[in-house]
Amino acid sequence: MSTIKSLDDLKKIREEALKKQQIKESSGKTEVIVGMGTVGIAAGARETLKAILETIEKENLSDIIVRQTGNIGLDSYEPIVQVAVSGKDKVSYGKVNPEMAQRIIKEHVVEGEIISEYQIKG
Amino acid sequence: MAYFRSHVLVSIDPICIDKGAYELIDALHDELVKQGLIDEVQVLETSRIGDPESEGPDLMVYPEGVHYTNLSLEDVPFLVEEHFLKGRIAAQYTREAKEIADKELSAPQAKEMRIVLKNVGEIDPLNIEEYIARDGYMALGKVLTEMTPEETIQEVLESGLRGRGGAGFPTGLKWRFIRDAEGDQKYMICNADEGDPGAFANRSVQEGDPHSVVEGMIIAAYAAGASQGYIYVRAEYPIAVRTMRIAIDQARSFGLLGDNILGSDFSFDLDVRMGAGAFVCGEETALMASIEGKRGEPRPRPPFPAQKGLWHNPSNINNVETFAIVPQIILNGAMWFANIGHEKSTGTKTFSMAGDVKNTGLIEVPFGITLREIIYDVGGGIKEDKKFKAVQTGGPMGGCLPEEFLHLPMDYEALEQAGSILGSGGLVVMDEDTCMVDIARFFMEFTQEESCGKCTPCRIGTRRILEILTRICEGKGKPEDIVTLRLLCEQINENSLCGLGKGAPNPVKSTLDHFLDEYEVHILEKRCPAKICKPLIRFEIIDGPCTGCTLCARNCPVDAIFGERRQTHVIDPDICIKCGICEQICPYDAIEIK
Repeated sequence: MSTIKSLDDLKKIREEALKKQQIKESSGKTEVIVGMGTVGIAAGARETLKAILETIEKENLSDIIVRQTGNIGLDSYEPIVQVAVSGKDKVSYGKVNPEMAQRIIKEHVVEGEIISEYQIKG
Repeated sequence: MAYFRSHVLVSIDPICIDKGAYELIDALHDELVKQGLIDEVQVLETSRIGDPESEGPDLMVYPEGVHYTNLSLEDVPFLVEEHFLKGRIAAQYTREAKEIADKELSAPQAKEMRIVLKNVGEIDPLNIEEYIARDGYMALGKVLTEMTPEETIQEVLESGLRGRGGAGFPTGLKWRFIRDAEGDQKYMICNADEGDPGAFANRSVQEGDPHSVVEGMIIAAYAAGASQGYIYVRAEYPIAVRTMRIAIDQARSFGLLGDNILGSDFSFDLDVRMGAGAFVCGEETALMASIEGKRGEPRPRPPFPAQKGLWHNPSNINNVETFAIVPQIILNGAMWFANIGHEKSTGTKTFSMAGDVKNTGLIEVPFGITLREIIYDVGGGIKEDKKFKAVQTGGPMGGCLPEEFLHLPMDYEALEQAGSILGSGGLVVMDEDTCMVDIARFFMEFTQEESCGKCTPCRIGTRRILEILTRICEGKGKPEDIVTLRLLCEQINENSLCGLGKGAPNPVKSTLDHFLDEYEVHILEKRCPAKICKPLIRFEIIDGPCTGCTLCARNCPVDAIFGERRQTHVIDPDICIKCGICEQICPYDAIEIK
């Protein structure tokens, strides 16, 4: 990691970070994002995340990026899991327990079928 | 009330007015009359819609959620005919389809506008590169290379940014005070001691976008001439402490903290200091005492922290949210920010919505939005569609506002006039089953316990109020109690040393003002209308519905229910502890609370 010594250095790092993101998006990899703020964790996000990782391992899946994020604001729907298949919009699932997480990985991530009954809607 | 099938919201922010929003409203109205649709379509005014780059005038059509922009008066007849008469969306005037899809995805937050929470829930908070990819630290770069400290202060001043911790003091002015103060060592402090029960906005920002706080603090330090900063977080926020520490380490290893930041001659470093969770340590002088390792007690001001703060050096304290906004103001300009919001309250504010509302959680809305819009449109209304009773704004030192105040635009002044405060942005919504005397007692219990005890009005006054309220809730209230309560409220407010004592009477005072009838029923009739205060209620089994199934008798924890099988049972009020288990368990709804 290089130290940033000028504004140009900072801009360079921004360009690189943007490029990395674009590569990630165009790689065909699916992103699974778990809300891991205090609210998410209190609602059971750790178990959900564990179930996601276990399912991915058990099913021997590759090309999936699991990452965490903060609290998106919809506390009453926590734990929230967002799935972004590259090129498609994010789908947000609410109140995801470990069993639901398993289904989301198997049906949405693998087969590409959005599970609409779990989805957060207006 | 007339039923409208469509609502047209026309944005009347300064830019849109400039581009003819009012003329557009008139033209819409005339055209709707002409086409005979005026009884079906309602035209309303609203604050800014959409992003700052939009051309304006903007309008939104609900329930479809279609956003039309850049409309001229000539377009109105065609638009009205197409959209409202023929029911087709006039695509040539809409914003890009993708943006509409995004809006639908976040439907519960349609009235929201995210500046502070821009990155929260979007980026990985533990990865500085994701923040940089979203223009992170670009504001710092701009400040250090293009702006003098004085220009930075001027920019923040012109944006109208006011302290988000609750008092609403202009941030730029605060920075100027410390810049002008004499001293070699100056400190920049971030108040992350979010102590209000039910408030969690600052925590979410720290956990979800810690670098925005770090960047805001570096910019503030540059403007103020500070070389060391502290983030004061409560130990109850372990995840926030961890993310902040990781963010600081990352920023330091990238050279964004430390000596000669971005090749300039400006140096600044940051540390996290943990508080032990005393509520009073959110008060700035108590907070500084706590950082110094002393007992967390406030002291009289002046001298103000800008003159004599941390270790007697000039210091500046801002809230997490205030710092997180700063980079956005620098990047987008003071005018952009000043155009959002309402009158003297510019920009957006986060609110932690809790209580009896459907969508609890964190929201960010522009100032000027009404309480009704927040509770019903953003919050989705009251749980189980019960009736709204009151909303408490601003944490335990805020007031409880009844339905008549729902039209109130949310800003610093309007809330203060209504007898409440904006505070840290806590919103506790209460439904019809809430006892307001009990609520006042609950908040008093909190402030009484959190009073540091340094000054007499707060230490003893809050205790006296709590005693009286407890007595009223137990059915032992006296008629003169109301007068005594009012007197105590007034004296505690006037004579307390710090904000905690000054604000402590607010829940009591506001409930006395707006819900006096409930106090009177408790005192005079010894009744609790909401059936919450246990000493004032009793459980009874109604003769008709009771089948004598014995379920209640078997589940009563104190064996207070008697009766033969297949015969109506009876509760012995002398044994009953009013736990409510029988009422929950009875399959025939035969238990009545009186």
